[in-house]
Order: sequence, then structure tokens, then C-alpha cells
Amino acid sequence: MAELTETQAYTGKRGVTGLWSNQKFQRGLITAVATFLCILGVVVIMFPVAWMISTSLKTEAAALQFPPQWIPKPAVWHNYWVALTSNPFGIYFKNSMLYAITVMVLQTLSSALAAYGFAKLRAPGKNLIFLFVLATLMLPYEVTLIPQYVMFAKMGWLDSYKPLIIPQIFGASYSIFLLRQFMRGIPRDYEEAALIDGASYFSIWWRIILPLSMPALGAVAIITFMWHYNNFMGPLLYINSRLLYPVQLGLQQFQAPHGGTEYNLLMAASLVTILPPVIVFYFAQRFFIQGIVISGVKG
Amino acid sequence: MAVRILPKGRLSRREALWFWLFISPWVFGYVVFTLGPTLGALYLSFTHYDVINPPRWVGLQNYGILFHDFVFWQSLKVSAIYTALSVPLGIVFSLFIAILLNQKVPFLGVFRTLFFLPSVIPFVAATLLFIWILNPAFGIIDFFIRAFVGPNGLIPLGIDGPQWFQDPFWVIPAFTLISLWGFGSSMLIYLSALQGVPTALYEAATIDGAGYWKRFWHVTLPMISPVLLFTFITGIIGSFQTFTQAWVVNGGTGSPAYASMFYVLYLFVNAFRNFAIGTAAAQAWILFIVILVLTILALWVSRRYVYYESEEGGAF
Repeated sequence: MAELTETQAYTGKRGVTGLWSNQKFQRGLITAVATFLCILGVVVIMFPVAWMISTSLKTEAAALQFPPQWIPKPAVWHNYWVALTSNPFGIYFKNSMLYAITVMVLQTLSSALAAYGFAKLRAPGKNLIFLFVLATLMLPYEVTLIPQYVMFAKMGWLDSYKPLIIPQIFGASYSIFLLRQFMRGIPRDYEEAALIDGASYFSIWWRIILPLSMPALGAVAIITFMWHYNNFMGPLLYINSRLLYPVQLGLQQFQAPHGGTEYNLLMAASLVTILPPVIVFYFAQRFFIQGIVISGVKG
Repeated sequence: MAVRILPKGRLSRREALWFWLFISPWVFGYVVFTLGPTLGALYLSFTHYDVINPPRWVGLQNYGILFHDFVFWQSLKVSAIYTALSVPLGIVFSLFIAILLNQKVPFLGVFRTLFFLPSVIPFVAATLLFIWILNPAFGIIDFFIRAFVGPNGLIPLGIDGPQWFQDPFWVIPAFTLISLWGFGSSMLIYLSALQGVPTALYEAATIDGAGYWKRFWHVTLPMISPVLLFTFITGIIGSFQTFTQAWVVNGGTGSPAYASMFYVLYLFVNAFRNFAIGTAAAQAWILFIVILVLTILALWVSRRYVYYESEEGGAF
């Protein structure tokens, strides 16, 4: 018995050594380990979300029950109806989407313009001006908050989306910096070839730089969308009319009225409000997969 | 370089003109909505201003008030500890997941969406979710801790779960958990950068006999180093500006015992609760200077380690 085991172990060991040096096996093993870790990670990361879903389907009493009820019995689907109709969530959604999408499109484009200038074009004093971009990046918005509020109040822009949209459409330092970092990695060969062919810098930007920067543009656009969709302090400061509320101010209403937060309703409403960004992200993922385009220079 | 057929001066003047055209929208927005208000805040920091009456010049008084204010120093400390804890942990965690997703994992789209999901959850809702999950009496996390190592648990070590948001020691780790949960944005940036690394470099490294670890260390890390630096700096800036989570948890009190009085939270309380606009403006400017110093330090230290492909020119 012992001999047999030893022999088996021996041959097994040889087999394993052979496998280890096999490229295909290595790659397969790494994929398997990565997949396992991903599943583990998803379980940990998703647990609060699962708990959120579970809570959203409980009665108020069951939500506070201890030891916890894992699967709500009975499932109170009615919570969603109450959560979404006790406040005009349809209008909140429309407001949030108009605000976030407008800023996303205009800010990404204007940031890409400036980013190209800073990444590729040579001009005296460029580095000094870029220091201003960096400084803005480091500038806490609290610094500009109070003077901006006074300014917009004097312009009669309060209780509208103008103070939230207009300052954003000229580019954001965060996006400019990220896109510049990315564009610096694009080899000059393309541009110089286009310049010889007589292309203007604008058409180089539009026809060469933007398509090559798609993964970074996609990332910047999504982050911009998320930031403004989730923005809480800005709307809190500028929006007063309930019918102009974005989703975030609408969500907050679940916290305020009764003192004690109705977690089941809050979770139900939160779950519905996270759907639009999740859907946008899922469909924009192809931009990231296109990342291979950047290495197009290797061909 | 063969492009330089025309006299060099004309070409470079044309290029410089285009540079200004490209950045002109940003310059306009910067002057009107950033530079102007920033200088306005600087002016206000030297005044006494309560919104109702016009600002009155008081010199350095606001800065003097802050220097002798215990809560101000406490808020600086809280934000510094939170930054030192959440930023490095966040980078390691996001990079690790991004690398996993960059392998040939099946159902990549599904994994990516699930990992990203928490970071799209509104701050207010996410914070309320964690307040509830980390509740010492009814929270699910402390329920697990008690079930495993509590007095009557599987391994009866008699360890009870932390009081999280009620405990001066555990309150910052609790906030760190919220921030780690929203790691999706930096994960996306890393993933985008990883996918931008030319496969030719990996192939060349493999031919030269480099294993996975060496390829990661000598190809991946240098190629994504600008992006790592970027997320490090923005991570510091972002964590020093933490407000919404803290506001939802303690409504501006910084409880327990000012252990969660984040810098910007105190700034906000001073501006809109105490209506000490001048003092709040001074706080804002001090924050700006702190962030500026930290960033310049990071840029300076990292100069040797960050690699820009097209500048070095050697890669191709």
C-alpha cells in the first residue's frame, strides 16, 4: 500500500513538474485562480447589496427583527410601489438624467480638447498653464462654493440647473488630467504623418486622437455621469422646488419626515435609483474592451 | 522630424496658436468659475461675513481663531488618518481586482458590472446601508462576528463586534469600509490602463524569458505608473474632501467626541451652521494649501518612478 502510494506520488510529481513548465497549463491555472478570486470577491462585495434587496422586501418590523430574517417572508413587493409613488420619482429621474447627461457630453468633449492641447501641442508657457490645471485639480470645491453661491444668487440662477450645469461645460481638471495622461501615450507617428498630408490640428484631434482615446474617453464620460448623477451637495444648495429635485434629494426624503428612517422603503427606492447608472455602464463597457486599439501601433 | 520643411518659427507659432484655441473653453471656464471665486474666497477669509451684513475686513483674525481652535486641529487629524488608511488600501484593492479582470476570466462583463455596482450607489444610500450593516445591536456584520467568535459563538473567544460608528477608535475604519466599497471608479481606470498596455511588450518580455511576476513588475507597472500616480493624488484630494458620508452619519456633530469630525465637515458647520463665512473661507484656503503641498510632494517623489512612453521614446 505504502509503496503504491509512493510510486503514485512520484509519477504524480513528475507529471506536475511537466505541467508547471507547460505554458498552456500555466495560463489555464492563472485563469482558474483569477476566476475563483473574482467569484469570492463578488460574494463579499455583493453581500451588502443582497442585504439591501432583502431589506427592501421586508415589513418595517421584519427589517429590525433579530436574529435577522435572511429571506423576507412574505416578500413585500408593495414597498416598491409605496417608495416610488409617495414622491414623484418619475420627475426626479427625468431631472437627474437631463442634468447628468448634459454635463457628461459637453464636459467630456471640452476636456478632450484641452487635454490634446496639453498632451501634444508645443507652445511657450504651456507647462506653467498646466500647473493651473493641476492646481484646480487640487482646489477643494469648498473654496469656490461660497463665492459661487453669492454670484449665482445675484444672477438670479437659484432654484434652476444653471449653477449646476453651466460651470461644468468648459472642461473639468480631473478629466483633462486623465485624458492628457492617456494621450501622451499615443505615439507621435500618426500625427506627423497627418501633418505631412496637410491635416489641421483640429481634424487630427477629431479623426486620430479621439478614436484612439476611446477607452479613456469612455472612462471619463462614465465617471462624469456618475459624479453628477450622485451629486448631493450641489442640488441641496441650489434646488428648492420639489418638482426640480434630482433623484438624490428625492432619496433623502425617506430619511427626514418621521425621524426614524424607514430602511425598507429607503432600500427599495435606492435600488431603483441605482439602475440607470448600472445600465449605462453595462452598455458602455465595449469602450473599455476597445482598449486594444491603443496598441494599434504595434502592427 | 522630417516634417520641418517650412521655417521652424512659422510652424511653431501655428502650433502655439492651435494650443490656445484648444484650451480656450477651459480658460474661459477657469477664469469665470474657478479663479474668480477662489480669489473671492481668499478675500472673504480676511473678513467677518455672516451672509446678512456686508463683509468687514478683520485681517488675519480668522486664521488666529482657527489656530487656537481645538476642533480645527482635531478635524485636520481625523482627515489625515482617514486619508492614510483609505487611499493606499483603495489603490491596492482596486489594482488587484483590475488585474484579476484583465486575465481571461469568463463572464468578464458580468464580473466588471458587479464589482463596479457599489460605486454607483448614491453616497447617501450607501452610507445609510453601512450605518445599518454596522449597527452594533442589529447589524449583520456584528451578528457574524458574534456568531463566530462571540461568547456563545462557534469559537467562543468572547470577542464582541466593534461599536463602529459609536466607537472613537472604530469610527474611521467604518468610514474606510464605505470608501473601499466604492472602489469601482479607480478599478475602471486601472482596467482601461491595463488594456492599453501593448501586447507586443508582453510578447517580447515572454520571449526574453520573463514570468508573470517579472512581466507585472517590469512591463505592467511602468506602463500604468502615470495612471497610478493620478489615482494616488486624486485619492488624497478626494479623501480630504469627505463630507456626505460624515454628514449622513453624524449630522455635523463629529460624534463620538469629534472622532469623526472630518475637515470639510467642520468647514461646512462653520459656514452654514455657525454662519462664520470668513472662518470657513480661511479653512477652505488652508485645505487648499495642505492639498497643494501633499500633491507637489507626491509629484516630486514620484518623478523617478513614473514612466511616460512618448517622452522617453525608447519603447518603439
